[in-house]
Amino acid sequence: MLLKMTITALWVLPCLCAFTQVRAAGDKVVIGDIDDLSGVYADVQGQGGIEAINMAVADVGGTVLGKPIVVLSADHQNKPDIGASKFREWADQDGLSMLIGGSNTGVSIAMAKVAAAKKVPFFAIGAGGASLTGADCTRYSIHYAYDTTALANGTATVILGQGGKSWYFITADYAFGTQLQEAATRVVTANGGRVLGAVRAPLGTTDYSSFLLQAQASGAQVLGLANAGTDFSNSLKGANEFGLTKTMIPAALLAFISDIHSLTLQTAQGLYLTTAWYWDLNEETREFGKRFFAKMHKEPTMTQAAYYSATLQYLKTVKTLKSNDPDLVMAELKKAKINDVFTKNGYIRDDGLMVHTMYVMQVKTPAESKYPWDYYKVIKVMSGEEADGQQSDPTCPLVRK
Amino acid sequence: MNTVFGVPLAAILGQLTLGLVNGSFYALLSLGLAVIFGLLGVVNFAHGAFYMLGAFAAYIGLQTFGVNYWCALLLAPLTVGFLGVIIERLFLRHLYRLDPLYGLLLTFGIALIAEGIMRGAYGASGNSYPVPDVLRGGFNLGFMVLPIYRAWVVLASLTVCGMTWLLIERTRLGAMLRAATENARLVQAFGINVPLMVMITYGAGVALAALAGVLAAPVTQVQPMMGSSLVIVVFAVVVIGGMGSIFGAIVSGLVLGLIEGLTKVVYPEASNIVVFVIMAVVLIWRPAGLFGKE
Repeated sequence: MLLKMTITALWVLPCLCAFTQVRAAGDKVVIGDIDDLSGVYADVQGQGGIEAINMAVADVGGTVLGKPIVVLSADHQNKPDIGASKFREWADQDGLSMLIGGSNTGVSIAMAKVAAAKKVPFFAIGAGGASLTGADCTRYSIHYAYDTTALANGTATVILGQGGKSWYFITADYAFGTQLQEAATRVVTANGGRVLGAVRAPLGTTDYSSFLLQAQASGAQVLGLANAGTDFSNSLKGANEFGLTKTMIPAALLAFISDIHSLTLQTAQGLYLTTAWYWDLNEETREFGKRFFAKMHKEPTMTQAAYYSATLQYLKTVKTLKSNDPDLVMAELKKAKINDVFTKNGYIRDDGLMVHTMYVMQVKTPAESKYPWDYYKVIKVMSGEEADGQQSDPTCPLVRK
Repeated sequence: MNTVFGVPLAAILGQLTLGLVNGSFYALLSLGLAVIFGLLGVVNFAHGAFYMLGAFAAYIGLQTFGVNYWCALLLAPLTVGFLGVIIERLFLRHLYRLDPLYGLLLTFGIALIAEGIMRGAYGASGNSYPVPDVLRGGFNLGFMVLPIYRAWVVLASLTVCGMTWLLIERTRLGAMLRAATENARLVQAFGINVPLMVMITYGAGVALAALAGVLAAPVTQVQPMMGSSLVIVVFAVVVIGGMGSIFGAIVSGLVLGLIEGLTKVVYPEASNIVVFVIMAVVLIWRPAGLFGKE
């Protein structure tokens, strides 16, 4: 029996290998996007993210290395195993050259491991966890748009500067939330502030009133919201209802323009937040916003702009090198400066973090907002080093070597 | 400060109050589920979707037609209930003779389609529905400030639960409904139009879910997924109360809301599983649920 199986395996295996080789060698260059397309984060990139990738593909003419560019997309449903296995499948069967990762740090950490094993460049964009370029860094991952360190350095520093010294956190109970809370706690304690307490709410909680009551009872001055997407919207909405926004300063450690749009300025006004990009920064960003708006009927989020930028930079690099060899591409990306609509003079550190300008914003009041999507005023512009530090993360094995 | 087991009394009272608010939602939703299961034998997995559609009906009504909250309380359940009637007539009706699993699969599919359509049309992050002006502000209870709107939710849902219970247990119509579930053919032989009664019952159960949705709209973001997380908890509530027991659904909804509130003080991470732990314990001890009949 065993012998028979071995013989069958010997017959079948070479056929399978031959088959994948034929497909991998393929006559197309394949780019993948694995993101939350249906859950709490689906408005952050979602369909708009796919559209941003398509815009970049169109901008390089739709072909590279003389082959058409094909974009694949999949919904990871916020489950790390689904994200990782889809990535593996595309790498093995579809000859994937590059992957863009959407929301959810937990999923992105799982996908980074696949990137290292399969040697496929991986741009983590929607995920915030700083460990992606720390303990979980790999030779093939790039953390492109923002990370928890930069968010904490932005929002927490500005609020501490205004006298908000005692903090209470409502944290999303998974990798992203805890990393964000840790980063913010570091900033708070380093600047002479105190953290009075924190509560971890399960991802997808709709009723935050219990947690808000605990925050109120703590007597803290600042309500730190270490969550995102609809978790963030629901917690801020609750804070308004229970009158916390009158007695505490709400700090959005991560908010996207899609969240502000859905909350409306009436609820979100006065809120501080940190962002990598805003559609109304300058002529170039407004132009991009207009193009995106024509397709999606909403202004792009910072990560949708980063989706466009990452795809564009990757394809341009492949064009310059006349090769999509992962090692050559990674080396070239880490050498070059990144200049496009997303950022100016951005660069990729040894640990894989793309260092670039970040903005601390305050949400306008309904009276201050003059036209649709006129939501933010710039409070502070942070250089990439100010946001993320001078050096690579020492916990990243690539840096230690 | 007064404490109980090391937890400040004010915190416990506060969480119990909020537990009562959540319990009211659970009671209202599980009531609809229990009515539908008790009278039709259908496990209505689309209940969360109808709750969501109720909230969206209120939102769309306000945005597009300027229908205010009070009218929405009446119109949204009517509209969504009518949708339920159509679904019953077109699809569900054909499945009564089959294994209950088919009804479950059908309603689950309907829920996915409804969520997908609303996500496509309104996005995942949802929309804000303002609290009506009369119900803004809060009562100071000493240990917490209770928003007036939340108090209204408790009052409204308890009233509706009580009226539904009276309707089914104490009126002639209710008696006919209960008789039809015991022996449909016999009741039909008395000249009562059973299929019509079943259709109205499903519509009414769906309307209750939509009413809960309208009540929830000013409290949470109106978004496509708002029902899918809730419906699973509500199912657990119905199972704990005893499938089909209307009184059981109302009581266990309120009690579980309170227990969940207490969990949020003691160990918040467990707040979303405590209901299921209780369900497991109840099922071991009383497989038919607390108020169910074998």
